[in-house]
Amino acid sequence: MGTSVFYFVATLSVFFALMVVFAKNPIHSVLYLILTFFTFTVHYILLNAQFLAVVNFIVYMGAIMVLFLFVLMLLNLNKENEPNKSMVLRIIGVIAGGCLAVTLIGSLRSVAISDPLVLKNPSLGLVENLGKELFGPFMLPFELSSLLLLSAMVGAVLLTKKEEKVNG
Amino acid sequence: MEIDFVIEKFILVVAIFAISLVIAMYSTYAERKVAAFLQDRLGPDRAGPFGLLQPLADGVKMFMKEEVIPANANKWLFMVGPGLAMLCACIGTAVIPWGQDMMVGDRLVKLQVTDINVGLLYIFGVISLGVYGVMIGGWASNNKYSLLSAIRAASQNISYEIAMGLSIIALLLVTNSLSLREIVEQQHEWRWNVLYQPLGFIIFMVCAFAETNRAPFDLPECEAELNGGYTIEYSSMKLGFYLFAEYINMFVSSTIMAALYFGGYNYPGMDYMATLLGPTWAPLFGTLIFFLKIFAFIFFFMWVRWTIPRFRYDQLMNLGWKGLIPLAIANIIVTGIVIAIVNKF
Repeated sequence: MGTSVFYFVATLSVFFALMVVFAKNPIHSVLYLILTFFTFTVHYILLNAQFLAVVNFIVYMGAIMVLFLFVLMLLNLNKENEPNKSMVLRIIGVIAGGCLAVTLIGSLRSVAISDPLVLKNPSLGLVENLGKELFGPFMLPFELSSLLLLSAMVGAVLLTKKEEKVNG
Repeated sequence: MEIDFVIEKFILVVAIFAISLVIAMYSTYAERKVAAFLQDRLGPDRAGPFGLLQPLADGVKMFMKEEVIPANANKWLFMVGPGLAMLCACIGTAVIPWGQDMMVGDRLVKLQVTDINVGLLYIFGVISLGVYGVMIGGWASNNKYSLLSAIRAASQNISYEIAMGLSIIALLLVTNSLSLREIVEQQHEWRWNVLYQPLGFIIFMVCAFAETNRAPFDLPECEAELNGGYTIEYSSMKLGFYLFAEYINMFVSSTIMAALYFGGYNYPGMDYMATLLGPTWAPLFGTLIFFLKIFAFIFFFMWVRWTIPRFRYDQLMNLGWKGLIPLAIANIIVTGIVIAIVNKF
């Protein structure tokens, strides 16, 4: 049963991910992205990683995508005020996208099919075990990554601050 | 999976669903009665004795109204909005422990749909999804007022979610568990979490008011400047769903506050009652106490609505970012230090 559920959800993920790219309206794109993240949550649950699932649910679906939607609603993009894209721009876009696709397919071809990884502890994804791992052996990288996030946050706040006028 | 297990859970789910709908329905009646009481009026008293049939009459009226979908609205998303609002309001109750294990005949029945070990985070996730109904509906209406309201709802929700999450972290330091059942079980008799986390409770409650869009935080549906906000283009039962979802949200947040901070189904003297009533009726009595706590919170929601005027938008943001978040962080630090000291000695 597990595999068939996986294939069903995986098909949905790929379908929604494609719809993100193909949707004409940016708001629809974001909504499809939310659905894609939801299927990821289901994947995490299938992998017995409950904590990751619920955090993906809260952080990506509940917070980051709300902000995405917020910004797009503020911009209010629609057909009337969309700048006209010239033919040259479109051709360049197609070529660039094609190059990326070729590179990706080429690099994927050289990768061997990975062996199924067997975890030593299958319930590693439960909150208690994950917490012990993160605050035990992985303490230093965990704290360093929080420092990285903090510096990014300070940088973002600094960028939004208006420079004080220098009145001579 | 045994068939009786499925039937048991099915009955429980249907019962919880029906109870939350009925309570939300009569919350609309209670709100008008409470408003009338606070303003020295009578309130609805025409439909049935004491106006008790008023919610039914309102429901029929909602269904009978003409259904209007604006010509330039995004038709699909316009319909998805209210549905999503209802969905997010209803799924939160799945992890709430409604009572102790109950003996029915010789069968031990758990009065909880599911006890996942990330229950608290699940509730938090459902709350953070709640804003999508408002945002999608507000945007799809293709109306400037709706759009402004959707943007307000999003920023308000994101801002107060942070303070709410931080107040939950302080609670976690005390309880050491994410499972709602364990958190409630720990508050046996009178050891309610509100005694250990009074500041955390106040922060959580203020954020719950903001997340449910209740006054004084009802800026997204502000009548004076936005003409009702995201509901402006909605008519008939779609409007009804939005209004109804707000009352279900109020019920769910009251339930969560009662379970997390006010002991859930625990009450002083419950051990004595358990010996008195036996294993079938004592848990039911606990559930009754739980519902009394929930009703008290719902009344408090209404009391605040008819007492405190609405915030201005800058006041809302100042309170959230400069008031509640630093307070919640200080609460975490103090709680951590106290726990470290207590564990030392």
